[in-house]
Amino acid sequence: MNEIVRAIGNVFLKMPKGFVVTLRHFFKKPVTIEYPKKKKPMAPRYKGRHYLERYDDGTERCVCCGLCAAACPSDCIYMEPEENEKGERFAKVYEINQIRCIYCGFCEEACPEEAIFLGHEYEFSSPDLNSFIMTKDKMLVAHPRKENPFKKLIRKARKVYGTVDK
Amino acid sequence: MSNVSKTVTLNMGPQHPSTHGVLRVVLELDGETVVKAEPVLGYLHTGIEKTMEDKLYYKAIPCTDRMDYLAPMSNNLGFCLAVEKLMEIDIPEKVQWVRVCLAELTRINSHLVWLGTHALDLGAMSMLLYAFRDRESIMDMYEAVGGQRMMTTYIRIGGLAQDIPKDFDKGIRKVIKTIKAGLVDYETLLTNNEIFINRTKGVGVLSAEEAINLSLSGPLLRGSGVNQDLRKANPYSSYEKFDFEVPLGKNGDAYDRYLIRIEEIKQSMRIMEQALDGMPEGPYRAHVPGIVLPPKEDILYKMESMIFHFKIITEGFKTPVGAVYQAIESGKGEIGFFISADGTNKPHRVRVRPPSFINLAALPKMCEGNMFADVVCAIGSIDIVLGEVDR
Ligand code: SF4
Ligand code: SF4
Repeated sequence: MNEIVRAIGNVFLKMPKGFVVTLRHFFKKPVTIEYPKKKKPMAPRYKGRHYLERYDDGTERCVCCGLCAAACPSDCIYMEPEENEKGERFAKVYEINQIRCIYCGFCEEACPEEAIFLGHEYEFSSPDLNSFIMTKDKMLVAHPRKENPFKKLIRKARKVYGTVDK
Repeated sequence: MSNVSKTVTLNMGPQHPSTHGVLRVVLELDGETVVKAEPVLGYLHTGIEKTMEDKLYYKAIPCTDRMDYLAPMSNNLGFCLAVEKLMEIDIPEKVQWVRVCLAELTRINSHLVWLGTHALDLGAMSMLLYAFRDRESIMDMYEAVGGQRMMTTYIRIGGLAQDIPKDFDKGIRKVIKTIKAGLVDYETLLTNNEIFINRTKGVGVLSAEEAINLSLSGPLLRGSGVNQDLRKANPYSSYEKFDFEVPLGKNGDAYDRYLIRIEEIKQSMRIMEQALDGMPEGPYRAHVPGIVLPPKEDILYKMESMIFHFKIITEGFKTPVGAVYQAIESGKGEIGFFISADGTNKPHRVRVRPPSFINLAALPKMCEGNMFADVVCAIGSIDIVLGEVDR
C-alpha cells in the first residue's frame, strides 16, 4: 500500500517538477555554438599544431639538439643536423609526423631553446595523408612575425627588464 | 519432450549503443529470462601495459591517460604515486592539494558521463544533454590547467607539469557552481522519477558478501553497503586532511548506486572547496635532482638544472630493484598500479588493476535469472570504460 501511495505521489507531484525542468530550458539561451561560423577561444595552454620559433632577427632558434625527439613518447620527431658557415648547428631536416603525435607537449617542455611550441590551431584535417608530415618550412613562424603590436611591446619590455611574470 | 524449453543465444554488442564501447555480451535467453550472461572482452585491446614497459618512466604517463579516458587525472595520479613510492620522493604539500582537487574534479567528470549515459540507456534523453553541458565546464578547466581537454597528462612524477594557472581558484569555484546548479536539475529529473525508479530499483542486486567475493570496488561495492573507500582506508596524497563522508547504499541495486554517485559528486565538491580554501603556497615540483625534472624557468638560467634536464629527458632515471603497488580511489573504484622495477630506467613490468574490468565480472551475477530488459540497466550501473577494461 505504501509503495502505491509513494508511486502516485511521485507520478502526480514530483514528476511534473521534472517536466518543468525540461520546459524551463525552452526559454534558456542555447549552450552550443554554431561551430564553423563561431569558434570557441582556446585556453592559453591549449596544445594544438606545432610551430618552430625564430629569434627576432629571423634566425631559427632550434639547434637540432634532439631533446624533443628524445622526450617524444610516440617517437614522431625526425631531424638531421647541419652546421652553417659560422659553425652554428641547425636542423637541415625537421619533421613531425602529426598522425603519430599525441599532442602531449613533451617536446615543448623538453626544448632548452624554447624553439618548438604547440600553438592553438586545431583544424588541420586533410584527405591527403602526406600532408600530415609537418616539415620545417610548414612549421616555422613567419618572419617578420605578424603579431599584435601590443604583445610585441610587452615582449620587448620583458627582454629588457627580464621576465616579469612566468 | 515437448515441455522442454529451448534457450536462444543472443549477441549483445560489440556494436550496441548501450554497451558503452565495444563490449560483447553473449546472452542465453529462456523467453525473457536471462539464463547465462557472458561478457566477451578484447575488442579494444591496445596493449597499454606492454607499451608502458617499453618507455622511460616519465614517458609512460601519457599511456595511463588513455586507459580510462573519462578519468585521466586519476590515472596519472595513480601511476605517479606508484613511481614516487618506488623512488621515495616527498611531494610538496601544495602539489598534493592540487592533486586532490583535480582528482575530485575527475571523479565528478566520470560520474557525470556515467549519469548521462546511464539515464540515456533507460530512456531519459535530456539527462545526457544536461550532464554533458555541465561536464563542458570541467573540460574547460582541464584545458586551462593542462592544455588538453581529455588526455591531460598534467600530473607528473614528482609534481605537476606546470604551475596551476592564476585563475585556478576562480575556475574551480565556477565549475562547482555550475555542477551545483546542474545537480538540482538531475535530482528533480531522476531521483523521484517513477519510471527511473521502476527500471532501477531491485535491478542488478548484489549482496555485500557477493560484492566482496567478487572483489568489487567503488560505488558498486559501497552500493551493497560495504564501507570501503581507499581515500579513508588508506589515504594517499594527504586525503586524511579532508573532511568528507562516504555514502553507503542498503539494497545493492542500480538505484542505490545512482544515489551514491550523486552523493559522491556532492562530497567531491566539498573536498574541492576545502582544498581551495586551504591551498598552501609552495613549489609545483619536488626538488630531487636527477629524478624530477627541474622547473622550466631554471633550465634557461642555471647550468646545473640544464644538465639534469638533459640527463632525465634522454635517459630517464635509474630505479632501485623492487616492486611497488599503489592504489587510489578513482571514480569507478580502486585503480592500482603495480610496478616491478629491475634497476634500469624502464619498468620491467607494469600491471594495472582496472576497476572497470574487475567490476564487470559482476555482470553475470547481476543478470542471471533476471529479465532481459534489465541487462542494459545492469551494464550501465557498473560504469565501465572499455578502454580500461581491455587496456
Ligand atoms: S626543437 Fe628544441 S629540443 Fe628540439 S632539436 Fe630544436 S632545440 Fe632541440
Ligand atoms: S606533442 Fe608529444 S607526441 Fe607530439 S611531437 Fe611533441 S612530444 Fe611528440
